[in-house]
Amino acid sequence: MASPDPIVSYAAYDSKIEGNVIFTRVDAAINWMRKNSLWPMPMGLACCAIELMATASSRFDISRFGAEVMRFSPRQSDVMIVAGTVTYKMALAVKRVWDQMPEPKWCIAMGACASSGGMYRSYAVLQGIDRLIPVDVYISGCPPRPEALIEGLMKLQAKIEGEQSTADQKRTFIDDVA
Amino acid sequence: MSAEADVLLLRETFGAKILETVLFRGEHTVQVELSALHDLLAKCKNDLGYDMILDISSLDHFGDDPRFEMVYELAPVDDSKHLRVRAKVSEEESVPSAVDIWKGADWHEREVWDMMGIPFTGHPNLKRILMWEGYPFFPLRKDFPLAGRSTDMPDVAFTGVAPLEGGPFVTTAGGEDTVRREPRARVVE
Repeated sequence: MASPDPIVSYAAYDSKIEGNVIFTRVDAAINWMRKNSLWPMPMGLACCAIELMATASSRFDISRFGAEVMRFSPRQSDVMIVAGTVTYKMALAVKRVWDQMPEPKWCIAMGACASSGGMYRSYAVLQGIDRLIPVDVYISGCPPRPEALIEGLMKLQAKIEGEQSTADQKRTFIDDVA
Repeated sequence: MSAEADVLLLRETFGAKILETVLFRGEHTVQVELSALHDLLAKCKNDLGYDMILDISSLDHFGDDPRFEMVYELAPVDDSKHLRVRAKVSEEESVPSAVDIWKGADWHEREVWDMMGIPFTGHPNLKRILMWEGYPFFPLRKDFPLAGRSTDMPDVAFTGVAPLEGGPFVTTAGGEDTVRREPRARVVE
């Protein structure tokens, strides 16, 4: 029985152990971790919530993108998906929930009503949740198909990929030093 | 008894207080004076068997006097007959509450109070139900714009004016074809 060839490497470390080492930038690693485990805070207010539930179910599985953990607690979630009509009566409650989410946080406005008030040009409907909180991705549709919501989530993932995470965290320090 | 017989019985009982009865395509409507409204509704529930209050609604005849009108839809639980009771209400008057007759009248009357501003006497909890306590307007009145008015109650709620882009888009009923019936901006005189 011939013994297997010894692994020879001219680097100063054992490639059997350290062959699984990747060199990358901290930003890229952090962004990769964040975008692949976006835990949603489902702000399901109206009909779009049904499509959100459908997206979370088995046929359109949002879990493939790391977002199956629908944390109904804002303290434990990353992205707030505002799905449905935001009435003025509910608006401040949505803002309160948004304020309770820890950084980093993103917002997806799902559907026509959350993006711009939808078909409800009236005295009782807030004309878009972006009048209260900063929105990262708008998804059009009434309601948007689950595939559209998944595409919106993928667009958010692409946006997160391009962020400067460490610089954002240390923004005040950088501004002081600069 | 059928609704037709009920209408005749009510006419006999209330006489001149019933201003008008209408029969349209099988639907019976009784128009009654506000002073006899509560007694008539009680009679409908207790003697004529209208167990359920299906709906309580209100109309705003802006420019007419009396300005408002209350509409009650009554039916028994087996849905064998329907009766509509209407009563005109002027701006200063208040309507006797039907909560002591039907428990289901509670939230309907709260909605009428919230949206139209008609007060009810004898209501156990006359608070706003759709808008919030402290909202200064009555949205379904004819002199309130669809787009709304700006208000602000800090920590409770705020409202803004919705962009209507030229007015509510309404269709013209009875247009000859779909092109003519397309919704267009209605110019409010």
